[in-house]
Amino acid sequence: METYSFLRELADSWALLVMFSIFIGIGLWAFRPGSRAIHDDTANIPFRHDDRPAPLRGDDKPAAD
Amino acid sequence: MINYLKLIVLGLVAIFAMIAASYARDVAYQVHAIIILAVAAGMFIWTLRRTDEPVVATPQNEYMDDVIRAGVIATAFWGVIGFAAGTFIAFQLAFPVLNFDWAQGYANFGRLRPLHTSAVIFAFGGNALIATSFYIVQRTSAARLWGGNMAWFVFWGYQLFIVLAATGYLLGGTQSKEYAEPEWYVDLWLTIVWLAYLAIFVGTIVKRKEPHIYVANWFFLSFILTVAMLHVFNNLSIPVSIWGSKSVQVFSGVQDAMTQWWYGHNAVGFFLTAGFLGMMYYFVPKQAERPVFSYKLSIIHFWALIFLYIWAGPHHLHYTALPDWASTLGMVFSVILWMPSWGGMINGLMTLSGAWDKLRTDPVIRMMVISIGFYGMSTFEGPMMSIRAVNSLSHYTDWTIGHVHSGALGWNGMITFGALYYLVPKLWNRERLYSLQLVSWHFWLATIGIVLYAASMWVTGIMEGLMWREVDANGFLVWSFADTVGAKLPMYIVRALGGVMFVAGAVIMVYNLWMTAKAAPAVDAEAANAHATPAE
Repeated sequence: METYSFLRELADSWALLVMFSIFIGIGLWAFRPGSRAIHDDTANIPFRHDDRPAPLRGDDKPAAD
Repeated sequence: MINYLKLIVLGLVAIFAMIAASYARDVAYQVHAIIILAVAAGMFIWTLRRTDEPVVATPQNEYMDDVIRAGVIATAFWGVIGFAAGTFIAFQLAFPVLNFDWAQGYANFGRLRPLHTSAVIFAFGGNALIATSFYIVQRTSAARLWGGNMAWFVFWGYQLFIVLAATGYLLGGTQSKEYAEPEWYVDLWLTIVWLAYLAIFVGTIVKRKEPHIYVANWFFLSFILTVAMLHVFNNLSIPVSIWGSKSVQVFSGVQDAMTQWWYGHNAVGFFLTAGFLGMMYYFVPKQAERPVFSYKLSIIHFWALIFLYIWAGPHHLHYTALPDWASTLGMVFSVILWMPSWGGMINGLMTLSGAWDKLRTDPVIRMMVISIGFYGMSTFEGPMMSIRAVNSLSHYTDWTIGHVHSGALGWNGMITFGALYYLVPKLWNRERLYSLQLVSWHFWLATIGIVLYAASMWVTGIMEGLMWREVDANGFLVWSFADTVGAKLPMYIVRALGGVMFVAGAVIMVYNLWMTAKAAPAVDAEAANAHATPAE
């Protein structure tokens, strides 16, 4: 089979299936049990460390907020 | 030690640019060689004067904000230039006499149009994206930018790219690809700068102190990665000579057209959408002082955009030599895209739930909300226009121009203005903006300007689409092309006035931001101290 036809058939069969499954998988993964706490924590990232980075390892003084 | 290496490289570049300037086969190339010579020689002297001087250690417990301040200034500067250029060419279309005879071949509409599009998209939008992504990735990673002064290389390297692109257009150095006009050596330079940008961004994410990568960074990362890929593939070309700006595309015919619009639409999808959504997912929660409405929805929004946008390009090539299946594919994916786009819009708007009263008191959040509104409107209009039957009416008409501007002025412009109003008091350590009233003025001028622009382009676009296809009882076309041009004049004047209002708003913004940095009260002494002195 010539390359064009082969790629064309691959694209609308297996490749489509794989991509679609990955997408659905990601969607389901977002709704996995226990994700709420993680997502709540992640959603609040912008409200921490506004003025300076988290202290480096070995830094004993806490960073000012 | 590194300085010696820099000196060698800069010296070689300067010598090469000198040779190139004298061997140059065309004006654009020659002027560019002289610009590069000046930059390389200037940097050579600057580096030389700092060589073997004591190096000041950079404090790792502070964010790198000076490059972001420079980025904010560049954004405002290029924004005003780009909007003014757009307004001028709008008047050129309405009054052709403005294509001055003495500037023929340099400042006529055909040369200025790419200058306008690149100035607003890449100079204004690009600087806004680089500055905000540097700001956001540091705050949401709780880490200083990776790579030290490489961020400055990205900033200045990008400005050099803008200058080379803009001067090239005026002097005729263009490969005639929409939104990818710069010639081969400018493309190579941008590739280097962009890979440095990618390295800084990924490096900062890698050394983050937060366990998770905040959603805004996902959007920024996809924007940087995809633009790198698009830029390289769409600019595969072979220079005719290394002493000239002309190059020949590797692809030809419909393959080239498809690559161009795969690039072109994803420039919209990843540069103007994904990157600016990164801004939305940070600045809207910050300004509303509450986390994003649904983090799960933001994950779905992100992955749906990633999986869908990349296929939408062929809708730019309906009724061309492109195979039907490809343009149908583009159309279908464009229509499906409507859903995640509106999911994202709802997510942004609902972030304000419980804080809607802020709309009354805070013109900055009003700006952000209207930008999300325009995001929703243009992501509805776009899928509709991608449908083949609608496209047969809308394509090649001013409707397309109106659509682009409701997205670019409404969504990209307004969210950037909102981000600038948020950033300047933070970055210059001010308690608040100089004047909220001026923000209101900017808001209304810009909004009314966009409405005038979009409405006049709908009218003129649909009118000319209908005139082009109107046939009489015998099957002859009723109107000549010049008839449609004449009929459009009133709408062109309205559009140009809309542009004037939009520029006026931007000038007010620049004044307001300037006065904020200069004259607004500083944050109180204790907090200011916390900013100014490093904690040991």
